[in-house]
Amino acid sequence: MSKVLMMGNEAFAEAAIRAGCNCYFGYPITPQNEVPEYMSHELHKAGGSFIQAESELAAVNMAYGAAAAGGRVFISTSSPGFALMQEGLGFICSCEVPIVAMNVSRGGPGVGGIQPGQADYFQVTRGGYNGDVKIPVFAPANIQESVDLIYEAFDIAEKYRNPVVIFADGMLGQMMEPVEFPPAKPIKGSDEISKDVPWAITGTDHHEGRNVVFSLRLQPDVLENHVLHMFEKYAEAEKELVRYKNINVEDAEIVFVAFGTMARICVEACELLEEKGVKAGVIRPISLWPFPNAAFDAITDKTKIVISTELSMGQMIEDVRTAVAGRWPVSLISRTGGIVPTSIEVMERALKALEEVK
Amino acid sequence: MKTVFEPTVGMLPVDTSYCPGCTHGIAHRLIMEVLEEKGELGNTMGVVPIGCSINAHNFMNIDMCESTHGRAPAIASGIRRIHPDRIVFTYQGDGDLASIGAGEIIHAAHRGEKFTTFFINNGIYGMTGGQMAPTTLIGARTTTCVDGRTVEQAGLPLRMCEIISQIDCAVFVERVVLNNPANVRKAKAVIRKAIEIQKAGLGFTFVEILSSCPTNWGLTPVDSLKYVSEDVMDYYPVKNFKTPEGF
Repeated sequence: MSKVLMMGNEAFAEAAIRAGCNCYFGYPITPQNEVPEYMSHELHKAGGSFIQAESELAAVNMAYGAAAAGGRVFISTSSPGFALMQEGLGFICSCEVPIVAMNVSRGGPGVGGIQPGQADYFQVTRGGYNGDVKIPVFAPANIQESVDLIYEAFDIAEKYRNPVVIFADGMLGQMMEPVEFPPAKPIKGSDEISKDVPWAITGTDHHEGRNVVFSLRLQPDVLENHVLHMFEKYAEAEKELVRYKNINVEDAEIVFVAFGTMARICVEACELLEEKGVKAGVIRPISLWPFPNAAFDAITDKTKIVISTELSMGQMIEDVRTAVAGRWPVSLISRTGGIVPTSIEVMERALKALEEVK
Repeated sequence: MKTVFEPTVGMLPVDTSYCPGCTHGIAHRLIMEVLEEKGELGNTMGVVPIGCSINAHNFMNIDMCESTHGRAPAIASGIRRIHPDRIVFTYQGDGDLASIGAGEIIHAAHRGEKFTTFFINNGIYGMTGGQMAPTTLIGARTTTCVDGRTVEQAGLPLRMCEIISQIDCAVFVERVVLNNPANVRKAKAVIRKAIEIQKAGLGFTFVEILSSCPTNWGLTPVDSLKYVSEDVMDYYPVKNFKTPEGF
């Protein structure tokens, strides 16, 4: 198939449809409104169902119901809406039900603003869930990568029977880029799902035994064993799901660590630094959990400083410090509130940071 | 010897966790008997709430899932999208449905979701030890209104059937009570009708079941049923609010 020029939010929705998504549930919130809008007029054509939920709380719970019944389910929202979905996501982890959730994030805190932000880093990687919970999080840096990750996320969610989060800042949702879509998988119907998803609730006539999807475990030893079981899955995920891209890290004096839109700006800043005679590279985490600690092993003695570059007051920097483990000085370049810095600003601030450690 | 009564295969052969005099057990049995008689046990998915009846999936012999507190109608809406030709119900208490889940139940009714909600109204939070519910009667004592609920402090109890029946896509709304054998039989007929209307795909169906909680009311089971018959039924009239044509 040839490339089409498409807006990020619409491409995200189309990617989910191509992945065989049965259901989408959403609530209007900027800057992701084009996802529910696209789903409302396209999903049914492929055989799926759309509900405009009464709230993000309802949306995440509709997603849980549809996924517990064996369906492939996609939900999307933006930062404050993601906060509302947290209870549901933690519950869904405990119930071991797969869903794919997208956060097209904006500036915070509180209602914040509607321009792009990455201050949901803690929200998506640590979460506001109660209990011991991990959710794989992927942060694409362009629309093609978003499409590919969303398409794959359904398989990952189903393999681990756990939610998977796609974390794209509002810039990616609102911009347009050429994109090539993977082939469409058919959306399965009720009978096919009943055959293919042996653990789902579909009615006892439609599978062996009786299926119950549940979270409550009142006996502490039973609950502890369940959490240990979940953490066996998470240990496997930590091995299997690490994704990153290193760009010119080996001979760089400055190594930026940045994801999403910020990573693109850092790549440009590297070119500007090159013109000034300073070699710089970028570590671009794609999986934010599990965080790609291994990417940092490529840094050499030539590096003077590692700079976490974020559209927040510095949240990923905690993971960067852990990954760096004291081997190099770590500094922060940040803008927040919906402000996206230019590559010139990043270049200038990086030079200043380099000066300070020299 | 002629068999005159057999327990429904819809109930697992186990003891329930419910207190003596609680009517959850009767409500469970009636729903399961109806589903068995309709041949739908194996074609049904139930959603159970936070509350005493979160344990219902240990007693009802069908596919079930637990719900986050109050969100069962949203969950059932999702299930129904995947299996549009099967039976789906939620089973919710009054704290779950009328308090924390008030939004979800209104909007499931508003969308005309084709599942049935069984609303167990005993006017109190049972599982957490007897706190005031939106449905607690004026004057009733609970652990969060020890001198009795007052209008000034907490307003007047919510009548959910009266609210739900105002929503056009809620097509069947009825309140029943489990205070004596005759009314238990009537309740079963209403549950049957709700399932038949769901099966016909006509819209949202809602059955409120006035229930008792002797443990948290501080009454004997017999006195609890007397309280239901007198005070509770006086505030919550047992009647049909809405039935589609042909039913």
